[in-house]
Amino acid sequence: MGNLLHCQDIVLGWEGSAVVSGLSFNISEGDYLCILGENGSGKSTLIKALLGLNKPMSGMMIKPADMKAGDIGYLPQQTAVQRDFPASVREIVLSGCLPKCGLRPFYNKAEKELARSTMERLGITGLAKRCYRELSGGQQQRVLIARALCAAQKVLLLDEPVTGLDPKAQIDLYDLIAELNRSGITIIMVSHDFNAAMRYASHILHIGAHHQLFFGTTADYLKSETGRIFSAQANARDEKPEERTESGIE
Amino acid sequence: MSNEFITKLQLYFSYPFVWYALIVGLLIALCSSLLGVTLVLKRFSYIGDGLSHVAFGAMAVAGLLGLTNNMYVVLPITVISAVLLLRTGQNAKINGDAAIAMISVGALAVGYMLMNLFPSSANITGDVCTTLFGSTSILTLKPEDVIICVIMSVIVIAVFLLFYHKIFAVKFDENFIKAAGVKAEAYNLLIAIITALIIVLAMNLVGSLLISALIIFPALSAMRVFRSFKRVIICSAVISVVCAGAGIFTSIMAGTPVGSTIVVTDIAVFFIFCIVSLFTRRKA
Repeated sequence: MGNLLHCQDIVLGWEGSAVVSGLSFNISEGDYLCILGENGSGKSTLIKALLGLNKPMSGMMIKPADMKAGDIGYLPQQTAVQRDFPASVREIVLSGCLPKCGLRPFYNKAEKELARSTMERLGITGLAKRCYRELSGGQQQRVLIARALCAAQKVLLLDEPVTGLDPKAQIDLYDLIAELNRSGITIIMVSHDFNAAMRYASHILHIGAHHQLFFGTTADYLKSETGRIFSAQANARDEKPEERTESGIE
Repeated sequence: MSNEFITKLQLYFSYPFVWYALIVGLLIALCSSLLGVTLVLKRFSYIGDGLSHVAFGAMAVAGLLGLTNNMYVVLPITVISAVLLLRTGQNAKINGDAAIAMISVGALAVGYMLMNLFPSSANITGDVCTTLFGSTSILTLKPEDVIICVIMSVIVIAVFLLFYHKIFAVKFDENFIKAAGVKAEAYNLLIAIITALIIVLAMNLVGSLLISALIIFPALSAMRVFRSFKRVIICSAVISVVCAGAGIFTSIMAGTPVGSTIVVTDIAVFFIFCIVSLFTRRKA
């Protein structure tokens, strides 16, 4: 298993002020890393750093020499614009091939074939001509995962992928992600969903207020003090389902 | 009756200025509809209005300086403003809509003030009206204007076609595209520049106040009925060109103002598409 990313005591910040510090973790090929943390703990800053859009203020961040910007397929959170953008599923999946085009104005045969086979892999071939905004939330996420897989085949970074989905669609999406992980794709998932993280992830990175609380395997996390506290909190939250849906929407 | 109609048309088309108006009108309609879709989607519907006020202010400055061809002042000022506006859209210090309002109101006030302080002709209200509504300026085009317009339209259309997939990807999801290692800022800048070019062009046709209509109506009509980006773009281009053609013919035959006739045609088409969408939605 090759090493994908090694971070040693990095400090991440925004416009000169540190947001989160003391992050040390490893990502190896084939991992399923779940990044847990409250809102405002610096998760989105960390996403930017992982994507190479934001350099750490200090510390070491080591990537393999052959890894460049764009090698991580990204599934961003949905924006308001997308909800009324007229676009067919095929157009969106194909746009994942855009980085391969460089300055070439149109897609070539190989890229169209990649888009087609990726849609087939995710079981959305039948939706190819449908309009994105008319799909269900779960179908939309599949489309965006297909697009991310067109851009990068080895690593997927998912930002709160199940937000706003109904419970059935959430399970379907988690199963799909787990299946992609089994086929060799490294998964990095930012999530609020403690229980899903325990069930699916191989590694956990837990960020507290501005610093790292835990990094290690899921089994170790459950034994750790942080893990025990948060699993108790998550179970308490599960007993009040209404509150939970509210925090899922934001 | 129909003979009389044809004779009248033949008479009009023996004048070069009618041809100029038609060429310029159709090209501008085509260009503005191409970018209209992305502007509407990115909540920049008002940028046309905002930039046209900037162009109005710039025209007042050009008039003040006594320049014969005010394009040389208007074009650079509008392009710079467009770039500034579309960039503030991304950074949160001043919101996009507040920035548009600020620049457009400011430019309008300064322009009108300059026109009043240093009147270039006796009829200020008439001048303002002409600048804002475009009244008949499309029928007084000179051959140079037509050449400039053709060149700029060709540039805009070529850029749009060559960067079509990039424009789609950047406008649909800037975060994803940036993460994938594509220079989204560069494409945003390019789109800002050609948007400004289109608006300066469109000012000659319909005047400042009606530019927004030319940008948004074809896009909104097409988005009612079609479901893919490509079809929406093609449909809005067709609507825009057909409406501009019909509007110009009507205004020549009925003697109505060119700009508002085109926009009224666009509004009519919008309602037709709204009705059509009721039926197509039900089927789906």
